[in-house]
Amino acid sequence: MLSRVANCLYWMARYIERAENIARIVDVNLQLLLDFRTLNDQRLADHWMPIVQSTGDEEAFLQLYKKATGKNVTEFLVFQMENPNSLVASICQARENARMVRDQITSELWEELNRLYLFVRSPQARQTWKESPTEFFQQVKASSLILIGLSRATAIRNEGWNFSEAGKFIERADKTSRILDLRYQTLPEKGAPTSVSQTEALEWSAILRSCSAWDAYKSIHSAEVHPVLVAEFLLLNEDFPRSARFCVKELNLSLRRISGVPSGRFSNDAEKLAGRLEAELQFSTVDDIFAQGLHLYLDQFQLKLNAIGDALFNAYFFQSIASMDEQMLVQQEEQQQQGKCSVFSN
Amino acid sequence: MLLQGYQPENFFDEMLEAPGAARPHYRKFRQHFAALSPEELEHKRRSLDVAFLRQGITFNVYGDSAGTEKIFPFDLLPRIIPAKEWDYLERGLTQRITALNLFLHDIYHEQRILKDGVIPPHYVLSGKHFRREFAGFNVPKDIYIHVCGTDLIRDSSGQWLVLEDNGRCPSGVSYVLENRRAMKRSFPGMFEDIGVRPVEDYPRELLRMLNHIAPAGVADPTVVLLTPGAYNSAYFEHTYLARQMGIEIVEGRDLVVRDARVFMRTTKGLQPVHVIYRRIDDDFIDPTVFRRDSMLGVPGLVRAYRAGNVSLANSIGTGIADDKVMYYFVPRMIKYYLDQEPIIPNVETYLASEEADKKHILENLNKLVVKAANESGGYGMLMGPKASKDEIESFRKAIEADPRNYIAQPMISLSRHPTQVDGSAFEGRHIDLRPYIIYGEKIVIVPGGLTRVALRKGSLVVNSSQGGGSKDTWVLYGDE
Repeated sequence: MLSRVANCLYWMARYIERAENIARIVDVNLQLLLDFRTLNDQRLADHWMPIVQSTGDEEAFLQLYKKATGKNVTEFLVFQMENPNSLVASICQARENARMVRDQITSELWEELNRLYLFVRSPQARQTWKESPTEFFQQVKASSLILIGLSRATAIRNEGWNFSEAGKFIERADKTSRILDLRYQTLPEKGAPTSVSQTEALEWSAILRSCSAWDAYKSIHSAEVHPVLVAEFLLLNEDFPRSARFCVKELNLSLRRISGVPSGRFSNDAEKLAGRLEAELQFSTVDDIFAQGLHLYLDQFQLKLNAIGDALFNAYFFQSIASMDEQMLVQQEEQQQQGKCSVFSN
Repeated sequence: MLLQGYQPENFFDEMLEAPGAARPHYRKFRQHFAALSPEELEHKRRSLDVAFLRQGITFNVYGDSAGTEKIFPFDLLPRIIPAKEWDYLERGLTQRITALNLFLHDIYHEQRILKDGVIPPHYVLSGKHFRREFAGFNVPKDIYIHVCGTDLIRDSSGQWLVLEDNGRCPSGVSYVLENRRAMKRSFPGMFEDIGVRPVEDYPRELLRMLNHIAPAGVADPTVVLLTPGAYNSAYFEHTYLARQMGIEIVEGRDLVVRDARVFMRTTKGLQPVHVIYRRIDDDFIDPTVFRRDSMLGVPGLVRAYRAGNVSLANSIGTGIADDKVMYYFVPRMIKYYLDQEPIIPNVETYLASEEADKKHILENLNKLVVKAANESGGYGMLMGPKASKDEIESFRKAIEADPRNYIAQPMISLSRHPTQVDGSAFEGRHIDLRPYIIYGEKIVIVPGGLTRVALRKGSLVVNSSQGGGSKDTWVLYGDE
């Protein structure tokens, strides 16, 4: 498989996953605010700012806005094209990557992704958003799930599939860890919190909902929401498909399907690091994690994922591919005039 | 009755011989079509538009990097060609591509046609797309133009004429295939009953040709399609064809040349490439030989090509054959190489660099169509009868400054075809036809081609930016 194609498939899957995570996180937090009565500007900022921070785009946000109000943050995370990680920008990038490799993906997958793209860019999307944000997010989430289902049902399990799986799970692991980190300021730096207020309980259940984990969590822990249990569930649970451990396991499996190297061995840095991270999650307890400090742990976890992503790039996309620049774009377009590549010559 | 009140007026109408009287090859279609209510038709039309947009069957709007994509408007009424007419076209097109290939071989080797004075040498040697670097070079299987899109029109008497030859990288064939798919979905019952020849074979024939030209000794060649990239207007077509053929679509940056061999960069390292169906221009194909600033090409590709380690379709240097000045000489080529009369005639053409012709052109600028020799896509063109005084004067200056670069033709009254206008009434609109000719082991022409329609009233320009659309083209098994 062409390296460029593998790279596109990897990023297509990452961006679809990213968009869906933003949809969930903004949706849940908008709903959460309905449960709080007295909210002044400061409380609102305290609520929204960590969400911007969790996406890692705090700086970009502060360049565009002075205050973290609900309106600013949601605009920034959902529609803002200047934010390359906003929901709409992510869908555009997913679709752009898909377009580059259209011959490699099934037409069903392409058509659904294209439909989602046309929807989020249409005036109708804004209208839906205005009337009911939940309805808007519902549509995005449903589409993302259709995309996941479509690929599972129609895509051949070849190298390209493995690269897109790797992209999906590395993104999902990253996003779960970032969502879990949303309320770190209410936690002690090291060690587990002792008491949990009603508001905090609501906030931690919002974290679960943002990961679509509420039902799964309840089935294990009933309705008692405690940060330690939430962290344990989202990081170490073996069977929940959005937990860090589950995602890293799947990531590691896809890497091994690409190279054919069995677990317990490795042939490149990506496999080494992914194997190591999986083992770490397998052989850790939540007490270890809180003893170190949850926030610190999550920070390091994200750095490790980045390292795996970089190693993956070096292992398979190694011959550096010239990147697009403005001149290249102009020339690609120019071909139409000089080459009779135009359908429309008179 | 949907065509009620339709007027062919004073044009050659493809469907009607007289008001209300369909030509024999349209009669069966008319019966099927008459059974449709306007509501049914409207419903079909809308669902087709949505389907095209959803599938992303679009072209990029030039100069809009924000990525505005539009669908190429599609008209539901098919253009129908009876078997006997198609036989005629097939013979004419085969004759033409044969002569063009002989011509290209000749001018890159012995140049007999120049030495014998059939074509004045300076016209060829001064051609913008004549690649003197390839003189004496033997292209694989001696084929130069592997894929040709020849534009055909009909005049007011119904006579077919060749408007131009596109021997570099003609595009549009994906619309032929997609239009047919769309029509089959919309009117499943009609095809069998009317007897329409299929077009679906095109990708297979294309791949067969590409395999045929593989370098000697390569039993199982790796064929790739080289695209300028996702921002090219024909990108949809590139991915479409690659997928249909089951070959990789590559950009220049995916390829690398080592020891005069071409490789693609894959996740498993470098893999050899043997045949490249290239959809980028000569100028851009190799920055070490042609345009140095090209970022789309592959450094060293020409060396690999010359070493015979990789084959290209179409070959380098075919552009000279579709130079509009060379078009003038195609009937002479046919006579010279094949000793035949041209089966499909040219449009009457004047060369600005011939004194007598130039005089005629300059005196009749307001009646003629003037074209720059090496432009396409409707660029560098003057439609005399519709042009302003300023436009005419600026062309007069340009012609006097560089006569080699201009030709002129009389304004042809193109044939018309009933076409749905603004989603309701049917009116006559001008059309042309671009069949796609594949030259491999044998010459194959997929029945039909792309019928383009000038959707704007009175317009003769089938250009998309000026309101062009397309129709499905049906070639019948029989004559009725």
